[in-house]
Amino acid sequence: MTDNQSSPAARKNDKPATFHRKVKNYSRYERFWHWSQAILIFILAFSGFTVHGTIRFIPFKSAVMIHDIAAFALIFLWLFTAFWTFTTGQWRHFVPTNKGLWAVIMHYLVGMMSGQPHPYKRTLSRKQNPLQSFAYFSIMTVVGPLLWLSGLAYMFYSFWAGNSGNHDIFSLVVLLHLIGAFLMVAFVIGHIYMVTTGKTLIHYTKAMITGFEDMELTEAEVTYLETHEPDRIK
Amino acid sequence: MTDHAAFRGLGSVCRFFAAMILLSFYFIASEPIVGPGSALAATTGSSEAKPTDDQITGKKPGETADHTKFEILQQDFKSAPDVTKACLSCHNEAATQVHDSIHWKWEYDNEKTGQKLGKRYVINAFCGNVASNEARCTSCHAGYGWKDMRQPPPSEPENVDCLVCHAEKKYYSKFPTMAGLPVTEPTKFSGKDFPVSDLTKAAQSVSLPQRENCGSCHFYGGGGDGVKHGDLDSSLHNPSLDLDVHMSADGGNMACSACHSGSGHTWPGSRYDIDAKPQARDDEGKKLPVFAMRRVNETASCESCHSDAPHQSATLEAIKLNNHTDTVACQTCHIPEFARGGVATKTLWDWSTAGKLKDGKPFTVKDDKGHPSYDSKKGDFNYEENVQPTYSWFNGTFTYVTDEDPVDTSKPVILNALGGDANDDKARIWPFKLMNTRQPIDAESKKLVYMHLFGKDADAFWKNFDWPKAIQSGMDYMGKDYSGKFEFVETRMWWPITHMVAPANKAVQCDECHSKNGRLEGIEGVFIPGRDNHGIIDWLGYGLIILTILGIGIHTIFRIATRKSRQH
Repeated sequence: MTDNQSSPAARKNDKPATFHRKVKNYSRYERFWHWSQAILIFILAFSGFTVHGTIRFIPFKSAVMIHDIAAFALIFLWLFTAFWTFTTGQWRHFVPTNKGLWAVIMHYLVGMMSGQPHPYKRTLSRKQNPLQSFAYFSIMTVVGPLLWLSGLAYMFYSFWAGNSGNHDIFSLVVLLHLIGAFLMVAFVIGHIYMVTTGKTLIHYTKAMITGFEDMELTEAEVTYLETHEPDRIK
Repeated sequence: MTDHAAFRGLGSVCRFFAAMILLSFYFIASEPIVGPGSALAATTGSSEAKPTDDQITGKKPGETADHTKFEILQQDFKSAPDVTKACLSCHNEAATQVHDSIHWKWEYDNEKTGQKLGKRYVINAFCGNVASNEARCTSCHAGYGWKDMRQPPPSEPENVDCLVCHAEKKYYSKFPTMAGLPVTEPTKFSGKDFPVSDLTKAAQSVSLPQRENCGSCHFYGGGGDGVKHGDLDSSLHNPSLDLDVHMSADGGNMACSACHSGSGHTWPGSRYDIDAKPQARDDEGKKLPVFAMRRVNETASCESCHSDAPHQSATLEAIKLNNHTDTVACQTCHIPEFARGGVATKTLWDWSTAGKLKDGKPFTVKDDKGHPSYDSKKGDFNYEENVQPTYSWFNGTFTYVTDEDPVDTSKPVILNALGGDANDDKARIWPFKLMNTRQPIDAESKKLVYMHLFGKDADAFWKNFDWPKAIQSGMDYMGKDYSGKFEFVETRMWWPITHMVAPANKAVQCDECHSKNGRLEGIEGVFIPGRDNHGIIDWLGYGLIILTILGIGIHTIFRIATRKSRQH
């Protein structure tokens, strides 16, 4: 325990005080959502690229069954999480912004090499940096829907193709699904790598497991959390 | 108390809704299903009425007459046509009905192609032509004494052969070279005693046709057991469940007419008129729901009993399998191989080598499995067992090469070209036996020629082994122009595979088609997951992933390289 982690009441300072405290940024549901989604995406990628013929460690039939069941689970999870995101106001974190985006990109390309601090300061109302918001927003609004819309069309092909076997449209559906899959895999690889760029290699991973993260808070924020949400602050 | 009651109410409401949701899923998935279980139950329902080991036919068992008690059948029949006369004395419409059937006429007018087909006209890739070889070939005619293909079969009612289809096989066999007649005195064929028919017992033994009746001709097409079809041979007399779920006594124990269920002595399911994608339709051609298929008994198709959503249960797997039925014929997955019953089928026939003699005499050679590999009368052969089918799009229509069509000899001549492709909504992917043959054509007109093989005359090939004479006399017999020069060309013939349906757990597995170089490697016009990729998009996608990893690698190197400087 260092002194700057003590409570605001114990400190007197002229300039606006900031306090480094551990704050629970990721609620239990959010962590559950993140990790179950992660597992499902791994299952889907593994089984999906088996169906596509890229890999064949398990039989085609098993891959199809696993892929379909995991897909249903993920769609259900997405729908529920969309509901959760809007009802809890968490959607605000995901709204993309250009402000500071370039600085964050430059930080990852140049700044972090020379030990510069991260240009973006997380706040309680904005816990993602602009690059994260941009990436997650793209995944949630473009790649995700592309995958599950084309995936549903793929799965329920016999309902729309009719008896005439609309092979060209089917081929297009597969193509869209495949494009989505490649983008998703590229995202996951990038995401996993970016996770290692914290203070330590597992810093961010730990945060997503425990929910707690080091934050710079204002006195008002600390007071608010300590008073109203004591479970969220250590 | 009231609180608890309210909760209990809520609980039952929840359970009700859950049940409704589950039930609706179940019905969505199971509505169109007519399983083999129920199909069997329907036909065996009244089997107690007649406790016999009869096979299931298109009609329910239970007869009102015992043919052994008819006086007219207790006579000492002098000839087979005499038996027919006796039959017709009661069944007075039978001969007229048979006269209208393809079994009698050997003639089929294909309305789609305008071609006149049937054994009377077609030149195939086996023994070629019936014309000029009649008494041998017409041993499988459903009548007696048809000795000239240029004329219709003899029209006297008593020349219809009732017994071949209705008598017990042990009492009745048509002699191979007597235009359909049996022998009632000891007679030799190919040096062996041929079964002597007992016409009286045969006449008294009649029933609805059993497999041995249909099989006595259809199992032996092409000149021997299993030679022609590959999915029809004598192993189907008493097949195991693994060989054929429908015909096996441990399975459906079905007679042929259980599926080829017709009336008035005509049956659906001729190879000349296949419904490659059966669909119940109303009078205006509009599609009816799948369960209406049960009413389509004019078609001998899998769908007639199993519908086009045949995989039962409401599982995801069943739904996915049912998704195939618009593209893939049932047979494609459910008949993994043909000639599985221990009887080999002929897959190659080279007529061009026929006629070799040893010491002036014809001879035969057998391969190491005991199958003929050479016969002076017929040339070189290949016989195979457990053959994986060849697959192709097929809409049910064959276009034959007739004796009037010049052929292109630069590539193998397809004698019965398949209609349909991926964009044909009547076509599906079907399994076939693809027959490989070398047979003679007119070297100048490039038309198929008639071979005069059988006969006691000096020109018959099987007597004198002289191709020029045999072909000249075949062509003369038919009154065809012939240059006098012949050559042998490669021909191919497609034989749809539809019998020898294996048990579900022996069906073709997903990977066998959904992989590279699988069974359906040559099938065009359809995207098969696991077999196909999207070319440039695949490369771009893999490229994107490689670039991502590469970028990460470079970034990592910089991070490691700058690590020390950052620590200060």
